[in-house]
Amino acid sequence: MKKITALIGLLALLLVASLGLTSPASAQKKMIQIKGSDTMVNLVQILAEEYMAKKPGAAIAVLGGGSGTGITAIINGTCDLANHSREWKPKELDLAYEKGVRPRIFAIAVDALSIIVNEKNPIETLTMAQVGSIFRGEIKNWKVLGGPDQKISLYGRQSNSGTYSFLQEHVLNNKNYSPDVKEMNGNAQIIEAVTQDLSGIGYVGVGYLYDEKGEVRKGLKVLKIKKDDNSPEYSPLDKEAVYSAKYAISRPLYQCTNGKPSAAVADFIRFELSPEGQAIVEKEGFFKIGKDLMEQNEKNLR
Amino acid sequence: MMSVKKKGVLGDLKESLIQKIFQTSGLLAIIVLLGIFALLLYTAIPAFREVSLKEFLTSSRWDPTSPEKPEYGLLSMLASTIMVTLGALLIAFPVGVAVAAYLSDVASPRVREIVKPVVELLAAIPSVVVGFIGITLVGPMIAKIFNLSHGLTALNGSLLLAIMALPTIISISEDSLNAVPISFVEASLALGANRWQTLVRVKIPAALSGIIASLMLGMGRAIGETMTVLMATGNARAFPQGFLQSVRTLTANIAIELGEVPYYTTHYYALFAIGLVLFIMTFFVNLTADVILEKQKRKLQ
Repeated sequence: MKKITALIGLLALLLVASLGLTSPASAQKKMIQIKGSDTMVNLVQILAEEYMAKKPGAAIAVLGGGSGTGITAIINGTCDLANHSREWKPKELDLAYEKGVRPRIFAIAVDALSIIVNEKNPIETLTMAQVGSIFRGEIKNWKVLGGPDQKISLYGRQSNSGTYSFLQEHVLNNKNYSPDVKEMNGNAQIIEAVTQDLSGIGYVGVGYLYDEKGEVRKGLKVLKIKKDDNSPEYSPLDKEAVYSAKYAISRPLYQCTNGKPSAAVADFIRFELSPEGQAIVEKEGFFKIGKDLMEQNEKNLR
Repeated sequence: MMSVKKKGVLGDLKESLIQKIFQTSGLLAIIVLLGIFALLLYTAIPAFREVSLKEFLTSSRWDPTSPEKPEYGLLSMLASTIMVTLGALLIAFPVGVAVAAYLSDVASPRVREIVKPVVELLAAIPSVVVGFIGITLVGPMIAKIFNLSHGLTALNGSLLLAIMALPTIISISEDSLNAVPISFVEASLALGANRWQTLVRVKIPAALSGIIASLMLGMGRAIGETMTVLMATGNARAFPQGFLQSVRTLTANIAIELGEVPYYTTHYYALFAIGLVLFIMTFFVNLTADVILEKQKRKLQ
């Protein structure tokens, strides 16, 4: 019996020691850890690469995982900067404040959420209400929408995705997704699935629509969206429509820190917001942020 | 005299020290197991402050982040896990036993020397690679054969898990076939049975408990597998209607949601409750396998 208690003591000691090693001490190092939104991971990765090329000695690691993952990481102190493509949920804010975390939020780009189908699908345009009905599972066949007599095959993101939450809030009117949605591990997998599935439909961030050459990927059709039956249709590929907020489902992409960003992190955020950084944002298929958001960012940097 | 005595004392000390080290190692395994169980239990129980056990076990809707009403029903995923696992064993068990019989009774030593390591290599393929094969090769093939719009189905998961369970089934079945005393075989042949009759009516029945144990261990492997099913089965939350539908298993659900879940919320605790269910399932499957194997050992002695 004595032996066992001694052993448990030893194990507890080891556990405490290992916890000590993984605690924020490691995050204090020079490496900036960024985590979160899958929609943003490629964009932020490229921004980070350009930044590191300009500033020797700077080290940034960018991880995906989903907006929820990033926000959780900020709350738990396991990253320096979180990417998130949706706003904080009240529950998450409560939890953050409870733990003494004070999120500061920066908008670094604008995304037009794109609804995609297979290129062989004859449908060109959907209304917001129709997209909502499709993903709630109320419309089950393409025939209802004037397409072929095929069962609609739904592709979506997992519940940790900001895109998932954004669509649920703004297009599904806060109703449940159909349980038949196949939940894919990121934007790229949805695109892959929809290019193969003739009756597939999915949603992705606009940046993922383009290949290396800057053209829309083969096998995809990007649907035009109408706000309602009577309004004109707009494509997320139409820059002017997104900037003038005529395209109905666009949203800012955010980053957040815990409290005032450290000098190194603030410098990186400044680079992202600079004309040079914003040019990269546009080159990657996303959109620049407007004046109001930029002013808000400046305030938060100080 | 003195020196001899001293040496004896030292020797005793050394002996008892070594004994203790081994004892500790053995105990460690048990403590780790109990520790994991206790941790799971401790983290799972708070889930039931808000979720009734009845809802958890009997509801088939799982949607903890629903803006309408969070739901925590395990049933769809439990059914999916069982379905994918049984499907895998239905494929892997006959093939595995046939390969084991071939290796132990038919193959020449030279062929066996090649085939056995290859089978064992099969176990070394990372699950993410198997999952990738599922997405790019097996899935599209299933879609083509059954004329579906996509191949991310339970069948896809079963086929891939069958491949992953094969090495376990083959190597344990072969070991138990080889453990059948040669006297059994000689007696059978002496009575005029041919090799096929000896294999089917004498060796396989004698090794049956080992073969069943291999089935159980293969099942344990299949239930716990995560990455492959996560990639290959589409992860739709609906209750499984058949092998040609997308399903979400318990393991895939934990992997999908644990990364994002805000800590210390009901959702977080509920994921640990799922982990507890998985732990209990695999524990009993493995325990049964062990009991059966032990029985066979005693029977053949």
